Amino acid sequence: MKIEDVAAVLAERCPEAIEAVVADAPNPTLLVKPERWHDVASCLQQDARLRFDWLRCISAVDHIEEKLLTVLYHLHATQPGDGPVALWSARGELAVKVRVPRDNPHVRSVADIWPAADWHEREAFDLVGVIFDEHPDLRRILCCEDWVGHPLRRDYEFPMEYHGIPAVTEFDMTRPQH
Amino acid sequence: MSWLENRFEDNLIITSLDWAVNWARAGSIWPMTFGIACCAIEMMATGASRFDLDRFGAGAFRASPRQSDLMIVAGTVTYKMAERVRRLYNQMPEPKFVMAMGACTIGGGPYFKHGYHVVKGVDLVVPVDIYVPGCPPRPESLMEGLLRLQDKIRNQSLARSA
Repeated sequence: MKIEDVAAVLAERCPEAIEAVVADAPNPTLLVKPERWHDVASCLQQDARLRFDWLRCISAVDHIEEKLLTVLYHLHATQPGDGPVALWSARGELAVKVRVPRDNPHVRSVADIWPAADWHEREAFDLVGVIFDEHPDLRRILCCEDWVGHPLRRDYEFPMEYHGIPAVTEFDMTRPQH
Repeated sequence: MSWLENRFEDNLIITSLDWAVNWARAGSIWPMTFGIACCAIEMMATGASRFDLDRFGAGAFRASPRQSDLMIVAGTVTYKMAERVRRLYNQMPEPKFVMAMGACTIGGGPYFKHGYHVVKGVDLVVPVDIYVPGCPPRPESLMEGLLRLQDKIRNQSLARSA
Protein backbone atom coordinates (compact mmCIF):
# COMPACT_ATOMS: atom_id res chain seq x y z
CA MET A 1 0.00 0.00 0.00
CA LYS A 2 1.42 3.35 -1.00
CA ILE A 3 1.42 6.33 1.25
CA GLU A 4 -0.86 8.24 -1.14
CA ASP A 5 -3.46 5.52 -0.65
CA VAL A 6 -3.18 5.85 3.11
CA ALA A 7 -3.51 9.59 2.80
CA ALA A 8 -6.59 9.19 0.60
CA VAL A 9 -8.27 6.91 3.13
CA LEU A 10 -7.41 9.31 5.92
CA ALA A 11 -8.68 12.31 3.97
CA GLU A 12 -11.99 10.53 3.66
CA ARG A 13 -12.22 9.36 7.28
CA CYS A 14 -10.56 12.27 9.11
CA PRO A 15 -10.72 15.33 6.89
CA GLU A 16 -8.26 18.16 7.41
CA ALA A 17 -6.15 16.23 9.84
CA ILE A 18 -3.11 15.86 7.64
CA GLU A 19 -0.75 18.77 7.15
CA ALA A 20 1.53 17.24 4.57
CA VAL A 21 2.35 14.00 2.79
CA VAL A 22 6.05 13.46 2.13
CA ALA A 23 6.05 10.71 -0.49
CA ASP A 24 9.27 11.26 -2.45
CA ALA A 25 11.59 10.50 0.46
CA PRO A 26 13.38 7.30 1.40
CA ASN A 27 11.00 7.10 4.32
CA PRO A 28 7.56 8.40 3.32
CA THR A 29 5.88 10.20 6.18
CA LEU A 30 2.58 11.78 7.04
CA LEU A 31 2.59 15.01 8.99
CA VAL A 32 -0.46 15.08 11.25
CA LYS A 33 -1.90 17.97 13.20
CA PRO A 34 -1.37 17.36 16.91
CA GLU A 35 -4.95 18.13 17.91
CA ARG A 36 -6.25 15.51 15.45
CA TRP A 37 -3.63 12.86 16.11
CA HIS A 38 -5.79 10.64 18.29
CA ASP A 39 -8.56 10.47 15.67
CA VAL A 40 -6.07 9.71 12.94
CA ALA A 41 -4.42 7.04 15.07
CA SER A 42 -7.67 5.23 15.82
CA CYS A 43 -8.58 5.43 12.15
CA LEU A 44 -5.19 4.02 11.16
CA GLN A 45 -5.61 1.14 13.53
CA GLN A 46 -9.28 0.34 12.98
CA ASP A 47 -10.08 1.07 9.35
CA ALA A 48 -10.37 -2.22 7.49
CA ARG A 49 -8.37 -0.88 4.55
CA LEU A 50 -5.44 0.18 6.74
CA ARG A 51 -5.21 -1.91 9.93
CA PHE A 52 -1.87 -0.63 11.15
CA ASP A 53 -1.96 -2.92 14.15
CA TRP A 54 1.65 -2.72 15.24
CA LEU A 55 3.27 0.40 16.64
CA ARG A 56 6.92 -0.38 16.23
CA CYS A 57 8.63 2.65 17.66
CA ILE A 58 8.12 6.15 18.95
CA SER A 59 10.96 8.61 18.55
CA ALA A 60 11.10 12.21 19.61
CA VAL A 61 13.32 14.76 17.92
CA ASP A 62 14.30 18.14 19.28
CA HIS A 63 14.41 20.83 16.61
CA ILE A 64 15.75 23.62 18.72
CA GLU A 65 16.20 26.16 15.90
CA GLU A 66 12.59 25.82 14.77
CA LYS A 67 11.40 25.62 18.41
CA LEU A 68 9.62 22.36 17.67
CA LEU A 69 9.53 18.85 18.98
CA THR A 70 8.72 16.12 16.50
CA VAL A 71 7.21 12.88 17.68
CA LEU A 72 7.71 10.16 15.10
CA TYR A 73 5.58 7.02 15.06
CA HIS A 74 6.54 3.99 13.02
CA LEU A 75 3.55 1.86 12.19
CA HIS A 76 3.37 -1.54 10.61
CA ALA A 77 0.48 -3.57 9.24
CA THR A 78 1.18 -7.16 10.09
CA GLN A 79 -1.54 -8.70 7.93
CA PRO A 80 0.13 -10.50 5.03
CA GLY A 81 0.16 -8.75 1.69
CA ASP A 82 -0.86 -10.01 -1.73
CA GLY A 83 2.43 -10.69 -3.47
CA PRO A 84 4.35 -13.94 -3.93
CA VAL A 85 6.26 -13.45 -0.67
CA ALA A 86 3.12 -12.61 1.18
CA LEU A 87 4.08 -14.19 4.45
CA TRP A 88 6.82 -11.77 5.39
CA SER A 89 6.05 -8.84 3.15
CA ALA A 90 4.06 -6.45 5.23
CA ARG A 91 0.93 -5.00 3.79
CA GLY A 92 2.06 -1.60 4.80
CA GLU A 93 4.53 0.47 6.69
CA LEU A 94 3.97 4.03 7.66
CA ALA A 95 5.75 6.78 9.51
CA VAL A 96 3.71 9.53 11.09
CA LYS A 97 5.13 12.78 12.39
CA VAL A 98 3.45 15.03 14.90
CA ARG A 99 5.00 18.43 15.47
CA VAL A 100 4.38 20.38 18.65
CA PRO A 101 5.82 23.64 19.97
CA ARG A 102 8.89 23.12 22.07
CA ASP A 103 7.81 25.23 25.05
CA ASN A 104 4.41 23.53 25.35
CA PRO A 105 4.80 20.01 23.96
CA HIS A 106 1.44 18.38 24.49
CA VAL A 107 0.55 15.34 22.39
CA ARG A 108 -2.47 13.16 22.94
CA SER A 109 -1.43 9.71 24.13
CA VAL A 110 -2.21 6.74 21.90
CA ALA A 111 -1.62 4.15 24.61
CA ASP A 112 -5.32 3.27 24.49
CA ILE A 113 -5.02 2.41 20.79
CA TRP A 114 -1.67 0.64 20.76
CA PRO A 115 -0.71 -0.60 24.25
CA ALA A 116 2.93 -0.64 23.11
CA ALA A 117 2.82 3.13 23.16
CA ASP A 118 2.68 3.16 26.95
CA TRP A 119 6.37 2.64 27.67
CA HIS A 120 7.51 4.35 24.47
CA GLU A 121 5.67 7.47 25.48
CA ARG A 122 7.13 7.29 28.96
CA GLU A 123 10.59 7.13 27.41
CA ALA A 124 9.90 10.07 25.13
CA PHE A 125 8.64 11.98 28.14
CA ASP A 126 11.67 11.03 30.22
CA LEU A 127 14.37 11.86 27.71
CA VAL A 128 12.88 14.61 25.56
CA GLY A 129 10.08 15.95 27.69
CA VAL A 130 7.08 15.45 25.44
CA ILE A 131 3.97 15.51 27.60
CA PHE A 132 1.45 12.90 26.53
CA ASP A 133 -2.02 13.93 27.61
CA GLU A 134 -4.28 11.25 29.06
CA HIS A 135 -1.45 8.78 29.36
CA PRO A 136 -2.31 6.14 32.00
CA ASP A 137 0.95 6.46 33.94
CA LEU A 138 3.28 9.18 32.74
CA ARG A 139 6.37 8.74 34.92
CA ARG A 140 10.05 8.65 34.10
CA ILE A 141 11.11 5.25 32.87
CA LEU A 142 14.92 5.37 32.57
CA CYS A 143 16.24 8.19 34.70
CA CYS A 144 15.76 8.40 38.46
CA GLU A 145 12.46 9.77 39.60
CA ASP A 146 14.06 12.92 41.00
CA TRP A 147 16.15 13.60 37.91
CA VAL A 148 16.17 17.21 36.77
CA GLY A 149 15.56 17.99 33.13
CA HIS A 150 15.18 15.90 30.02
CA PRO A 151 18.60 14.65 28.93
CA LEU A 152 18.19 14.36 25.17
CA ARG A 153 17.05 17.93 24.70
CA ARG A 154 19.60 20.02 22.86
CA ASP A 155 19.87 22.60 25.62
CA TYR A 156 20.11 20.07 28.45
CA GLU A 157 22.56 21.02 31.15
CA PHE A 158 24.54 18.19 32.67
CA PRO A 159 24.20 17.77 36.42
CA MET A 160 27.28 18.79 38.37
CA GLU A 161 26.48 16.34 41.13
CA TYR A 162 23.78 13.84 41.92
CA HIS A 163 23.00 12.81 45.51
CA GLY A 164 26.49 13.75 46.63
CA ILE A 165 28.29 11.99 43.77
CA PRO A 166 30.26 14.63 41.89
CA ALA A 167 30.43 14.76 38.12
CA VAL A 168 34.13 15.44 37.81
CA THR A 169 34.49 16.42 34.19
CA GLU A 170 35.00 19.54 32.22
CA PHE A 171 31.27 19.89 31.81
CA ASP A 172 31.49 23.65 32.02
CA MET A 173 33.53 23.63 28.85
CA THR A 174 31.37 21.15 27.00
CA ARG A 175 27.97 22.62 27.73
CA PRO A 176 25.97 23.35 24.59
CA GLN A 177 25.79 27.03 23.72
CA HIS A 178 22.18 27.84 22.98
CA MET B 1 41.34 -5.75 58.45
CA SER B 2 38.63 -5.37 61.09
CA TRP B 3 38.81 -5.12 64.88
CA LEU B 4 41.81 -7.46 65.09
CA GLU B 5 43.99 -5.16 63.12
CA ASN B 6 46.74 -3.03 64.66
CA ARG B 7 46.34 -4.47 68.14
CA PHE B 8 49.35 -6.75 68.47
CA GLU B 9 53.13 -6.62 68.50
CA ASP B 10 54.98 -8.06 65.58
CA ASN B 11 56.19 -11.43 66.83
CA LEU B 12 56.41 -15.05 65.82
CA ILE B 13 52.88 -15.96 66.85
CA ILE B 14 51.31 -13.03 65.11
CA THR B 15 53.21 -13.43 61.87
CA SER B 16 52.42 -17.13 61.76
CA LEU B 17 48.79 -16.35 62.43
CA ASP B 18 48.94 -13.69 59.73
CA TRP B 19 50.23 -16.23 57.30
CA ALA B 20 47.43 -18.66 58.08
CA VAL B 21 44.66 -16.06 58.02
CA ASN B 22 45.92 -14.47 54.84
CA TRP B 23 46.36 -17.84 53.20
CA ALA B 24 42.75 -18.68 53.97
CA ARG B 25 41.45 -15.30 52.89
CA ALA B 26 43.45 -15.08 49.70
CA GLY B 27 42.42 -18.57 48.69
CA SER B 28 38.69 -18.06 49.14
CA ILE B 29 37.77 -14.71 47.68
CA TRP B 30 34.11 -15.15 46.95
CA PRO B 31 32.97 -12.55 44.45
CA MET B 32 29.51 -11.12 44.36
CA THR B 33 27.38 -11.70 41.28
CA PHE B 34 27.54 -8.13 40.19
CA GLY B 35 27.52 -7.81 36.44
CA ILE B 36 25.85 -4.55 35.53
CA ALA B 37 26.85 -4.16 31.89
CA CYS B 38 28.86 -5.76 29.11
CA CYS B 39 31.98 -6.42 31.24
CA ALA B 40 29.86 -9.02 32.99
CA ILE B 41 30.14 -11.21 29.89
CA GLU B 42 33.91 -11.35 30.37
CA MET B 43 33.43 -11.92 34.07
CA MET B 44 31.15 -14.86 33.30
CA ALA B 45 33.68 -16.19 30.83
CA THR B 46 36.34 -15.94 33.53
CA GLY B 47 34.18 -17.94 35.86
CA ALA B 48 33.37 -20.58 33.25
CA SER B 49 35.37 -23.66 32.44
CA ARG B 50 37.84 -22.31 29.89
CA PHE B 51 39.42 -19.79 32.26
CA ASP B 52 38.17 -21.36 35.48
CA LEU B 53 38.31 -18.76 38.21
CA ASP B 54 37.81 -21.57 40.68
CA ARG B 55 41.48 -22.58 40.62
CA PHE B 56 42.17 -19.37 42.58
CA GLY B 57 39.35 -20.15 44.97
CA ALA B 58 37.35 -17.26 43.60
CA GLY B 59 34.78 -19.04 41.51
CA ALA B 60 31.96 -19.16 44.03
CA PHE B 61 29.86 -16.25 42.81
CA ARG B 62 27.48 -15.41 45.59
CA ALA B 63 24.10 -13.87 44.98
CA SER B 64 24.10 -12.07 48.32
CA PRO B 65 26.42 -9.35 49.57
CA ARG B 66 26.39 -10.98 53.02
CA GLN B 67 28.30 -13.96 51.70
CA SER B 68 30.80 -12.22 49.45
CA ASP B 69 34.28 -10.82 49.98
CA LEU B 70 34.86 -9.17 46.64
CA MET B 71 32.67 -6.90 44.59
CA ILE B 72 33.74 -6.98 40.96
CA VAL B 73 31.97 -3.91 39.61
CA ALA B 74 31.70 -5.17 36.05
CA GLY B 75 30.11 -2.50 33.95
CA THR B 76 28.89 1.03 33.58
CA VAL B 77 27.70 2.50 36.86
CA THR B 78 24.89 4.95 36.33
CA TYR B 79 23.78 7.46 38.92
CA LYS B 80 20.67 5.39 39.39
CA MET B 81 22.76 2.30 40.08
CA ALA B 82 25.36 4.10 42.21
CA GLU B 83 23.16 4.19 45.26
CA ARG B 84 22.55 0.47 44.95
CA VAL B 85 26.27 -0.12 44.58
CA ARG B 86 26.92 1.81 47.75
CA ARG B 87 24.19 -0.01 49.63
CA LEU B 88 25.45 -3.42 48.53
CA TYR B 89 28.97 -2.45 49.51
CA ASN B 90 27.74 -1.46 52.95
CA GLN B 91 25.97 -4.79 53.28
CA MET B 92 29.14 -6.81 52.66
CA PRO B 93 30.93 -8.11 55.77
CA GLU B 94 34.54 -7.21 56.49
CA PRO B 95 37.08 -7.85 55.07
CA LYS B 96 35.71 -6.62 51.78
CA PHE B 97 37.36 -5.66 48.56
CA VAL B 98 36.23 -3.89 45.43
CA MET B 99 37.58 -4.44 41.97
CA ALA B 100 36.75 -1.85 39.31
CA MET B 101 36.57 -3.79 36.08
CA GLY B 102 36.67 -1.97 32.77
CA ALA B 103 37.00 1.58 31.56
CA CYS B 104 33.50 2.73 32.59
CA THR B 105 33.99 1.75 36.20
CA ILE B 106 37.49 3.20 36.40
CA GLY B 107 36.66 6.64 35.08
CA GLY B 108 33.52 6.81 33.01
CA GLY B 109 35.12 5.32 29.90
CA PRO B 110 33.40 6.24 26.66
CA TYR B 111 30.70 8.01 28.68
CA PHE B 112 33.16 10.37 30.31
CA LYS B 113 32.28 13.41 28.27
CA HIS B 114 28.74 13.01 26.99
CA GLY B 115 27.27 10.49 29.39
CA TYR B 116 24.93 12.53 31.50
CA HIS B 117 23.92 9.45 33.48
CA VAL B 118 27.26 7.72 34.13
CA VAL B 119 29.29 8.06 37.31
CA LYS B 120 32.82 9.10 36.37
CA GLY B 121 34.46 6.24 38.18
CA VAL B 122 33.05 3.94 40.81
CA ASP B 123 35.75 5.17 43.22
CA LEU B 124 33.54 8.22 43.70
CA VAL B 125 30.99 5.89 45.29
CA VAL B 126 32.92 3.09 47.03
CA PRO B 127 36.64 2.62 47.79
CA VAL B 128 38.35 0.58 45.11
CA ASP B 129 41.26 -1.81 45.71
CA ILE B 130 42.10 -3.03 42.22
CA TYR B 131 41.60 -1.37 38.87
CA VAL B 132 41.44 -3.66 35.85
CA PRO B 133 41.57 -1.59 32.66
CA GLY B 134 40.14 -2.64 29.35
CA CYS B 135 36.95 -2.26 27.37
CA PRO B 136 36.10 -4.90 28.35
CA PRO B 137 39.16 -6.51 29.96
CA ARG B 138 39.97 -9.98 28.77
CA PRO B 139 39.56 -12.79 31.29
CA GLU B 140 43.35 -12.92 31.64
CA SER B 141 43.29 -9.31 32.82
CA LEU B 142 40.60 -10.05 35.35
CA MET B 143 42.58 -13.01 36.65
CA GLU B 144 45.68 -10.82 36.87
CA GLY B 145 43.64 -8.36 38.91
CA LEU B 146 42.56 -11.18 41.15
CA LEU B 147 46.17 -12.30 41.64
CA ARG B 148 47.17 -8.75 42.55
CA LEU B 149 44.31 -8.67 45.02
CA GLN B 150 45.63 -11.88 46.53
CA ASP B 151 49.04 -10.20 46.87
CA LYS B 152 47.34 -7.35 48.63
CA ILE B 153 45.58 -9.70 51.02
CA ARG B 154 48.80 -11.60 51.73
CA ASN B 155 50.46 -8.37 52.83
CA GLN B 156 47.88 -7.64 55.49
CA SER B 157 48.91 -8.09 59.08
CA LEU B 158 47.36 -8.09 62.50
CA ALA B 159 50.46 -6.42 63.88
CA ARG B 160 50.60 -2.79 64.82
CA SER B 161 52.24 -0.89 62.01
CA ALA B 162 55.50 0.76 62.89
